[in-house]
Amino acid sequence: MDSLAYTRTRRSVGEQAVRYGLFAAAAVSVVTTVLIVLSLLRETVSFFGDVPIGDFLFGTKWTPLLGGDQQSFGVIPLITGTLYLTGIGLIVAVPLGLLAAIYLSEYAPPRVRKVIKPVLELLAGVPTIVFGYFALTFFTPEILRGLFNVDVNQFNALAAGIILGLLVLPTIASVAEDALASVPASLREGAFGLGASKLQVSLRVVFPAALSGVVAALILGASRAVGETVIILVAGGQVARLGVDPTVGYQSMAAFIAATSRGDIPTGSIKYETIFVVGMALFLITLALNALSIRLVNRYRQVYE
Amino acid sequence: MAAKAQTRTSVLPQPSTGSRVADAAFRAVMYFSIAVGFVGLGVILFDIAADGLPRLSWDFITRFPSQIIPERSGIQSAIVGTLYLMLICGVLVVPLGVATAIYLEEYADRSRWFNRLIEVNIQNLAAVPSVVYGILGLAFIVRGPLSIGRVLLAGGITLSLLVLPVVIIVAREAIRAVPPSIREGSLALGATQWQTIWKQVLPGAVAGIATGVILALSRAIGETAPLLIIGAAVSPRFNPSGLFESFTALPIQIFAWTTDANREFVSAAAGAILVLMVILVLMNSVAIYLRNRYEQKW
Repeated sequence: MDSLAYTRTRRSVGEQAVRYGLFAAAAVSVVTTVLIVLSLLRETVSFFGDVPIGDFLFGTKWTPLLGGDQQSFGVIPLITGTLYLTGIGLIVAVPLGLLAAIYLSEYAPPRVRKVIKPVLELLAGVPTIVFGYFALTFFTPEILRGLFNVDVNQFNALAAGIILGLLVLPTIASVAEDALASVPASLREGAFGLGASKLQVSLRVVFPAALSGVVAALILGASRAVGETVIILVAGGQVARLGVDPTVGYQSMAAFIAATSRGDIPTGSIKYETIFVVGMALFLITLALNALSIRLVNRYRQVYE
Repeated sequence: MAAKAQTRTSVLPQPSTGSRVADAAFRAVMYFSIAVGFVGLGVILFDIAADGLPRLSWDFITRFPSQIIPERSGIQSAIVGTLYLMLICGVLVVPLGVATAIYLEEYADRSRWFNRLIEVNIQNLAAVPSVVYGILGLAFIVRGPLSIGRVLLAGGITLSLLVLPVVIIVAREAIRAVPPSIREGSLALGATQWQTIWKQVLPGAVAGIATGVILALSRAIGETAPLLIIGAAVSPRFNPSGLFESFTALPIQIFAWTTDANREFVSAAAGAILVLMVILVLMNSVAIYLRNRYEQKW
């Protein structure tokens, strides 16, 4: 009896230790978030000690790396540049991604699905630097200038935006397909029973029933496009510009951060701080988009599962 | 004629010509959408193969990058850096990711606020842009509290934090797929909870976990932005000899050559992309093999 009691205690101590160890590992991800917020916050606060917050939020000239009178910290061109490039990307990716999702969920025979899904996954797995290379060395000179005869600069919003769209297409297609596939078969059967055609069932029954998940897919795609760096850094240009001409280059928030931080700017300088204040803006925007999309996904899960 | 005959024999109302045209048109635009994805991927691969294949040679793989002579440039330091980064990520991410997944699936009481916080936090972290991880690496690891400088370990930790949520999410799914009856059987035979997890649940989930780890590592080695931000070296003519040495990686080398003012470097960038893609395809083949070979059917 004694030995049994002894083993039990030793066992329970060991079990408890394992539990705490695992909890500690799980806490690492929370610590990561805290560190991200802290690192962004510290330099952001010190940035606003030097630059009035109004100049940052409402200024229309972003030239933080220039000296003297030329230096200006208005973030508007960076934000509009980001939204403009994201917008071009979404114009390409939303219709294509949704149509692909409807096809995969409603029309494709299982054997065709088995071919298409891996190809989309492959497209999603291509490193973004490869998309950037392609946009700069092929899409702009061969397709835009060569095939379509558009007079674009070497760095331009059209190439960066369209290739950005190609990047987020698989994300939108796959999340939207999940949403469409989770609509119960009984809804489809009911509509077919009433004499609806395949097209009517897909567009008027399944699509509206999955709407919150579809919207979540679009938001997730937008969030990926907003946070994407390398395509824009390589093919979108280095100038934070205010405007809507798609043949010239624009800088995005993420591209500014990567272009400015090359590891050798002095800690505590105003240039160093701009990385963090733009990073903070980007973090908040993507956080809001992600939180919204997670809420929408959870909603359709609750309705149908 | 055939359609008419069908109309007479069928009890169901038949679609009108208009709706059949609409259906055909809709199918056409769907095929077009899928085709754009296929053609896009095809053209990208073709363009890179056309630019890069002439550059691929043993010399290209074993030489160090040259800043001056494009045709004598190689990618040895970039390949070695990428392999080291993958190793560091694997060592850090596997224990952390699997432990977190086990905690959330097997131990965490969902009614406790901190457990819900961990879950929501991981969902959000998975979608934080990679530049933000770069900023974290710069502010906390390269400089600030850790201050280890622009070294291999800093790159490895930054990429590990970036892909950790992916590993956790996939490992959780793999653990969840092990049916409760396995756990109940083990517990009923007198095993402790940890013995049950270690001897029954994890072996059943190992294929799924391995697949997730490989996918996460292939994402890590394709990342450019975080390494640019923490200040990876460009075109070094040496390999890192330890964790605290400066380093480069394939995406950084590709980025440097793609954006080089000397356009002669473009073919070297394409060659390096081909090598990176071959590594990625190999890793994904291993993942698919593991999934097919070891996946448990309960």
